[in-house]
Amino acid sequence: MKLQHLFGIAQLNKEQIHYLINMGDAFIELSKRPIKKAPTLRGKTIINLFFENSTRTRTSFEIAGKRLSADVINISASTSATSKGETLLDTAQTLAAMQPHVLVIRHSLAGTCEFLAEHLRETAIVNAGDGAHEHPTQILTDLLTLKHSIGDVAGKTMTIVGDISHSRVARSHLLAAKILGYHVRVVAPKTLLPSKVENYGCEVFHDFDAAIAGSDILYMLRVQTERLTSNCCFPSIREYHEAYGLNKKRLARANADCVVMHPGPMNRGVEIASDIADGAHSRILNQVEHGVAVRMAVLTAMCDLRFNAHDLPSNPDKRGTL
Amino acid sequence: MSDTVIRNGRIIDPANGIDTLADLWIDDGKVAGIGQFTGDATHEIDATGQIVCPGLIDMHVHLREPGQEWKEDIESGSHAAIAGGITTFCCMPNTKPRLDHAGVLLQVIQRVREVGLCNIHPIAAVTMNLEGTQLTEMRELSRLGAVAFSDDGLPIWHAGIMRKALEYAASFDYLIIQHAEELQLTEKGCMNEGWVSTQLGVAGMPNEGEDCMIARDIMLTEKTGGRYHVAHISTAGAVDLVRAAQKRGARVSAEAAPHHFAMTEEALLGYNVDAKMSPPLRTEADRQAVIEGLRDGTITIIATDHAPHHEDDKRCGLSCAAFGIVGMETMLPVALELVHQHGLPLADVIAKMTCNPATLLGLDAGTLTIGSNADLCIFDSEQTWGLDKNSLFSKSRNTPWHGQTMTGRVTHTLKNGRTVFAHGVIHD
Ligand SMILES: [Zn+2]
Repeated sequence: MKLQHLFGIAQLNKEQIHYLINMGDAFIELSKRPIKKAPTLRGKTIINLFFENSTRTRTSFEIAGKRLSADVINISASTSATSKGETLLDTAQTLAAMQPHVLVIRHSLAGTCEFLAEHLRETAIVNAGDGAHEHPTQILTDLLTLKHSIGDVAGKTMTIVGDISHSRVARSHLLAAKILGYHVRVVAPKTLLPSKVENYGCEVFHDFDAAIAGSDILYMLRVQTERLTSNCCFPSIREYHEAYGLNKKRLARANADCVVMHPGPMNRGVEIASDIADGAHSRILNQVEHGVAVRMAVLTAMCDLRFNAHDLPSNPDKRGTL
Repeated sequence: MSDTVIRNGRIIDPANGIDTLADLWIDDGKVAGIGQFTGDATHEIDATGQIVCPGLIDMHVHLREPGQEWKEDIESGSHAAIAGGITTFCCMPNTKPRLDHAGVLLQVIQRVREVGLCNIHPIAAVTMNLEGTQLTEMRELSRLGAVAFSDDGLPIWHAGIMRKALEYAASFDYLIIQHAEELQLTEKGCMNEGWVSTQLGVAGMPNEGEDCMIARDIMLTEKTGGRYHVAHISTAGAVDLVRAAQKRGARVSAEAAPHHFAMTEEALLGYNVDAKMSPPLRTEADRQAVIEGLRDGTITIIATDHAPHHEDDKRCGLSCAAFGIVGMETMLPVALELVHQHGLPLADVIAKMTCNPATLLGLDAGTLTIGSNADLCIFDSEQTWGLDKNSLFSKSRNTPWHGQTMTGRVTHTLKNGRTVFAHGVIHD
């Protein structure tokens, strides 16, 4: 089975996930060299097509491509043709006609990547986040961070807190959890939970304090402060902090070696207290660092026509494979 | 030596299934015993021929403090309550400012503590300023003492907001109380829509204005797993909807106001502004349906919707007069009509004004369990008396029962073992 596009975690199997994580792991070292450059993707063209603002994800993809010597072009929606009335499909087809190898797409509408892939036969598409659907490279990033922090995630408990209903990160983790065998608790009031979320096989909590005990990973989602109160999902930011904010007192009730994660950017003092974001349990900056490595792996896999689930490297940690 | 003994009354405590002729004695403000009292007591009340029951609970009261203290304040409202045998009640949030944030709620709680005659539990707003657009900080309000949430006076009209409110409340097991009124159907209405409104030539409020919102809310309650309480249920259709929802296992409850099971729209004939309230007095068929709902247990609570208004707000013609009547001082005798005229068991009717609302709201009140606070109502269920609106303890006079003969009269009200009302006199 050839992996032509990366739309989401849903399309991956356990071996493919491990393959990408392990390749990402091998790439970490590259960013620590004095000269952060490898020739892996020389001659490849990558277009980052971002219809939603996201400095960190776009930068992460850009650095990943450039460190592997690809030619990376960034197009953001505000400067693109779409603001002049061109349709999404026209924009994508125009760019595809310039024959990039990979199109990295971020869009606020779920399913954008699948839609474009139907029409762009030659270009590999990587989903950098589509609506409340999937965000596969974030989850691969988190899994690489967890590999370093706690080893095998199978059997561990990840507690995801916040706006589950609008979160692509939560959905992608719920899918990955089933594939890799970790356990997810989602924590939110009913106003922030999608319909039938329990069908993912997760536990549902409304009371954060009740969900903390036994957690190995506390995963705090970003609060979209405007969205939260304007459509009556929550009374106020301060009540959100009181009910679902992570602070020292709450963290003390989790497992002693519990790690704290956040996909960024953080609202300090809202979903997470500063001393925890910067504290010993936090893996938030590791997530950012590993994000670049994992995206190198994803871009490499997309450009590598031999990439195949059965084509696992014999020793993924061997630096020589670079 | 006990503090007080109440001798030889018929003691009815529905929560514990007690209905017996006995003495009840009190130590340290608590119920110390029920049975044959053989010791000595500092105070003695002879309750021969009387009924001794838990202090009544009225879960639907509009105090006008803060904001409109000339209509009612916490003190005058407390006086009206204890004169009616009520020792615990809930106040609605449509004061000025609204009970929609911690500051005002704490102000009310502080005033309640100073007055100290009754347990008064605030019901806080569901949405800020009762505007139906932004939820209140329910977790904080609940922590500070709000026992339920309602925008009463106004409906939570927007279906999307109602869904969010039920979802949010359900997440923390809070109760949402709805004043069910589809405003687009009741716009400009001042009484029930029907033959009487036609004869009077005024705009009406159709039953459907109440029914369709309750139907919608029940669907949302079942979808969200929330807890939903219908305030002042008044139509046959609404009683049917609630009954059917309860049969399906939905967490839906309802209260009826005395005026809705005692009076009909006919009371409006002659443009009687003191019979104007929302929801309005309905038809005889609706009245009978409400009584049936009370009889079969669909409606578990009697609550007055005590709504004091100044004469100035009432003496301006039926169409312009304010909605609402005072009710705490007449709750018991009107409720007893259910016993005297409709054959409901006395213990059931008392339960609807004591342990049932206590259970719904999680209040530590409404029973005579040994060791519980000695909040008591002693009444003569047969005594007749004429109601004079000028003798009310409430600051407001807007009652439809003025000049009528009532059957059943509160003789004593005790709060924490202390006699706060006896034979028509307040002891504060
Ligand atoms: Zn009302």
